[in-house]
Amino acid sequence: MDRFVFLTFDGLSRGAVYAAFALALVLIWRAARIVNFAQGAMAVATAYAGYSVSAATGSYWLGFAVAIAGGLLLGAAVERVVMRFVDQSSPLNGVVVALGLVLVIQAVLGMIYGNEYRPAAAPFSRDAFEIGGIALLSRFDLYVFAAVASVVVLLVLLFTRTAVGLRMRAAAFAPDVSRLLGVHVGGMLTLGWALAAAVGSLAAMLVLPTELGLHPTAMDIVFVSSFTAAVVGGLDSPVGAVIGGLLVGLLLSYVSGYLGATVAPMAVLILLVVVLLGRPGGLFAKSAARTA
Amino acid sequence: MSDRATARAETSAAPERAVTEVTARPGAKRWHIAVTLAAAVLVVALTYLLPPFRNYQFATVGAYLCVTAGLTVLTGLNGQLSLGHGALMATGAYTLALTQNALAGRGQWTLAVSTVAAIAVTTAVGAVVGLAAARLRGPYLAGLTLAVAVVVPSITSTFDKTFNSDQGLSVALDPPPLALGATFPYERWQAWLTWTGALLTMLLLANLIRSRYGRNLKAVRDDETAARLAGIDVARTQVLAFVVSAACAGLGGALFAVLAQSVSPGAFPLSLSLFLVMAIVIGGLGSLAGALWGAVLLVALPALAHSATDAIDVSPAVAQRLEGNLPLAIFGAVLIVVMLAAPGGIASLGSKAKKPLHRIHRRKGA
Repeated sequence: MDRFVFLTFDGLSRGAVYAAFALALVLIWRAARIVNFAQGAMAVATAYAGYSVSAATGSYWLGFAVAIAGGLLLGAAVERVVMRFVDQSSPLNGVVVALGLVLVIQAVLGMIYGNEYRPAAAPFSRDAFEIGGIALLSRFDLYVFAAVASVVVLLVLLFTRTAVGLRMRAAAFAPDVSRLLGVHVGGMLTLGWALAAAVGSLAAMLVLPTELGLHPTAMDIVFVSSFTAAVVGGLDSPVGAVIGGLLVGLLLSYVSGYLGATVAPMAVLILLVVVLLGRPGGLFAKSAARTA
Repeated sequence: MSDRATARAETSAAPERAVTEVTARPGAKRWHIAVTLAAAVLVVALTYLLPPFRNYQFATVGAYLCVTAGLTVLTGLNGQLSLGHGALMATGAYTLALTQNALAGRGQWTLAVSTVAAIAVTTAVGAVVGLAAARLRGPYLAGLTLAVAVVVPSITSTFDKTFNSDQGLSVALDPPPLALGATFPYERWQAWLTWTGALLTMLLLANLIRSRYGRNLKAVRDDETAARLAGIDVARTQVLAFVVSAACAGLGGALFAVLAQSVSPGAFPLSLSLFLVMAIVIGGLGSLAGALWGAVLLVALPALAHSATDAIDVSPAVAQRLEGNLPLAIFGAVLIVVMLAAPGGIASLGSKAKKPLHRIHRRKGA
């Protein structure tokens, strides 16, 4: 029972990160109908930048700010320089270009930092508090929950309470009509990519200290888990992405805890297959979206 | 074709190219066999001219060619993107290693048996993935196959009694047959093996593309609804495309195990799967000649990066970083440029006529 409680909290903490990363995927999917396969590589690139600044200045928070700002810039740059010019008549084109970006980013990171794991320090202790003899949560887990929750709240406020959010939704929903009504559709798209990449960077900063550390390919497996989370929730549904992220986190935690850590990627694959074949629109989508 | 039939074909949604290709040349098969035989002579001649290391690289091209040819049929002709072909190669390689080690020391024929076993097992795995894939489109299929590619190390570590985790397995192989002479170079023998596989694959795929089934593949890629109206079983066509492609990947993986004389998960990373996609896109999607160029690139680029880093004067550590990553960077950059410069990308290779009008309007208005 103790173990179950511990694994549950551990899974929720992991799931929060997957939720954030899946949310970033959903943001871009809703805005541009592209699943950003380069998001893992982009996020890890900004995390490298963040940890370099942290190492140079000794301040985690300065590095954290650099990583998030780097995410905004990189997301905007990728959209303006590359993704805007992708011909969208086939959904494969966006995927292939994103994969090209993955290779370029990972190669550049490998050239600068080398292809070995580098330590990624956590800003808070990862030792769990004990309540009544049961290990529950660490300070770092609380930090993860707080960070992801504030991002979700900020995004909800942005999209439902501000004029910019309304324009972004309009630009994604009906680009031509929005353009006629004076919305700068291209700019909204760039902003969407920038926001999504920044959320991805945040997820990377939260997940890397709990994994082996910084490596050019460190986010590959996180990407697969988060993609699964986004598919479980339905690629069109931000709420679904958050719930899907938590579900995938719990599943991975239980599987690693009871069956062994090496089984976890297989569990993700099986979950992905089952959801895609059983309910391809996701558990929370209003309509089947798999052909979009 | 009567005038009426032609008119009907033109007004239907089916793309023009598929219509013009309905009439395959009757002598195509004989022509393919002739080209294959000529290529075989060329391969044998080359293996006598090349020094051992170049022969090994040449052999590697042959092994890659099996995989890229199969992948270009799946992605280029049928429109299904697979990021999991590295995992299918691993399936073939591990099957060959296990069968070969089980039959070790019984003679040269065991290699044929284990190669067939590798193809059979990979075909079965491909059928399972293909059944799921046939129901998925675009990014969903890419995501699923990506998950397949990532799962390889997890499987080898979980069942480490069979697959020996990260260390992998060594492959017991016999020396070249004595009939070829006692001093027959091993690299030449390897090149003969892989190119036998590659040429057979190319011959079979070339015939397949020219057949009714090949036309079905393209019809499904270009317009599923039109293909269905024309009486094509779309799902079956897609699964079959995946199965054929998986069989080729299994053969390629088996040949890689023969080349390296060992298998380990590190030999089949996610980047290998991405490389394969890059290779066929850069080489020219949907054509077997493009698959050949892609396979050559896959061997030549790392070699070129090696000589380039040798040429510049940097510290060994920096040189090592550059050497490992330069081919990735070049591949990625070239791929992005190719995709952006060819405005239609993958789809336009199928049919230019199908381009939706509203896109053109939008571009003018923007």
